[in-house]
Amino acid sequence: MITLEHVTKRYPGTAVPAVDDLSLHVPEGMTVALIGPSGCGKTTTMRMINRLVDPTTGKILVNGEDVTQVDPVLLRRHIGYVIQQVGLFPHMTIAQNIAAVPKLLGWDQARIARRTEELLHLVGLDPGQMLERYPAQLSGGQRQRVGVARALAGDPPVLLMDEPFGALDPIARSLLQAEFSQILKRVRKTVVLVTHDLDEAARLGDRIAIMKSGRIVQYDTPNVVLSHPADAFVENFVGVDRALVRLSLFTAGDAMTAELPPGHTGVVGLGSNLRDALALMVAANSDVLGVVDEFGALKGRLTRQAIFSI
Amino acid sequence: MSETLTWIMNHRPEFYRALGQHLLMCGVSMAFALLLGLSLAILIVNRRGLAFSVVNGVSALRALPSLAILAIMMPLLGIGLWPSIVALTVLALPPILLNAYVGLRDVDPDAVEAAIGMGMSRGQVLRRIRIWLAAPAMFAGARTAAVQVLAGATLAPFIGGGGLGDFIVTGISIMDTSRMLVGAVPIALLALGVELILSLAERLLFAGRART
Repeated sequence: MITLEHVTKRYPGTAVPAVDDLSLHVPEGMTVALIGPSGCGKTTTMRMINRLVDPTTGKILVNGEDVTQVDPVLLRRHIGYVIQQVGLFPHMTIAQNIAAVPKLLGWDQARIARRTEELLHLVGLDPGQMLERYPAQLSGGQRQRVGVARALAGDPPVLLMDEPFGALDPIARSLLQAEFSQILKRVRKTVVLVTHDLDEAARLGDRIAIMKSGRIVQYDTPNVVLSHPADAFVENFVGVDRALVRLSLFTAGDAMTAELPPGHTGVVGLGSNLRDALALMVAANSDVLGVVDEFGALKGRLTRQAIFSI
Repeated sequence: MSETLTWIMNHRPEFYRALGQHLLMCGVSMAFALLLGLSLAILIVNRRGLAFSVVNGVSALRALPSLAILAIMMPLLGIGLWPSIVALTVLALPPILLNAYVGLRDVDPDAVEAAIGMGMSRGQVLRRIRIWLAAPAMFAGARTAAVQVLAGATLAPFIGGGGLGDFIVTGISIMDTSRMLVGAVPIALLALGVELILSLAERLLFAGRART
């Protein structure tokens, strides 16, 4: 879906290129998180895909089409774009904000109204309350939800997100990340996500691309990146708690066995991640937990040994 | 003061003609300055080189005293109403243009980034985003200009422009205080009134739109 071939971006007057001979392939429907220390070129890489930045050399294909050969303005109408500061238009209502791209695409009023309502539902906002409000009347989390809805409005096959949840408080961020990964399952987009938050990359990315000095040093699933860092840089970047971050990729359901727990133990939900399950074990000073489904019925047991060997 | 009122009552046609001239002069020059200033601001906001020279040129105009601007018009355009209108337009241009330009240039960069990123052309970003977000700054510039023009028009009699300033000039030359007030009081009331109305309008127009 998105292919970068030997892409280099050199800003005038700088000795080292911001992006250095980078190749990357993002298959259709996949979410790729670009992550790395500041100045590693992750944002520049993303901004070249919708031509907010033009590459110095190399080729970028979106949906098989060379982006340098098409009008950048028309290209961008088919690529959703979400930024950290959201950038809602303060003089327009929420409805008008979401309608911005459909209007550019020349949709009729009725179709735009239907789409706007549908999207507000999708991002968990009540259209009845939201449509006529102005951005200044919304909380930070609500604004970013509207930002996501606006980016999806024209139903673009590709979505670019630049630290989309970075400005939110930890609770709103984690809630939105969880909801967004649910949304992605329903809308099936090809997503490039720039972040400096390893948890976010592991949570949302089907693949993680770790960048350093304009190059990709490892491109693989979160599980492989966290369990087998390609080199010392990646190992250092993912940090000493990489094992814990990796545990958050799996749920209690993945690691449990069907036998019931012995006697009285604490319980954990089927869908809870193993990092939280381990935290529960530590708190309860216990080596085993019961696993329950959403109705509270016991489904099996989760042992410390099972968590350690996943 | 009562002498002033009596004089106005006895010379009503003369007073109304001067008042009319005064308002005409101010209104026409404001209209010209708005047309010129706003279109120039919109023209230069996406052209950095041009903007630099226009902004500096107009800022230099601002340094000229009103009387000097009027005086310069005399050898260029002669005397009468039109040279005064041109002079007042020159006087009103800097606040309108500079406010509008800075307002257009400094709109919320995130909104502009989002607009470009979603596929608006430069013209669309200008028409749908920048102009709307810069409207309060544009209005503030026009308000400053209006008050300056009203005050500046008082000096029009020096180049034969007429208006309420005529009474002041005459009053001074014949040492008649009440005649001076025939010009001075309405001018003061006009300036205060316009300032009041425009500041109220500004509050009504832009109050609901707090910045994000």
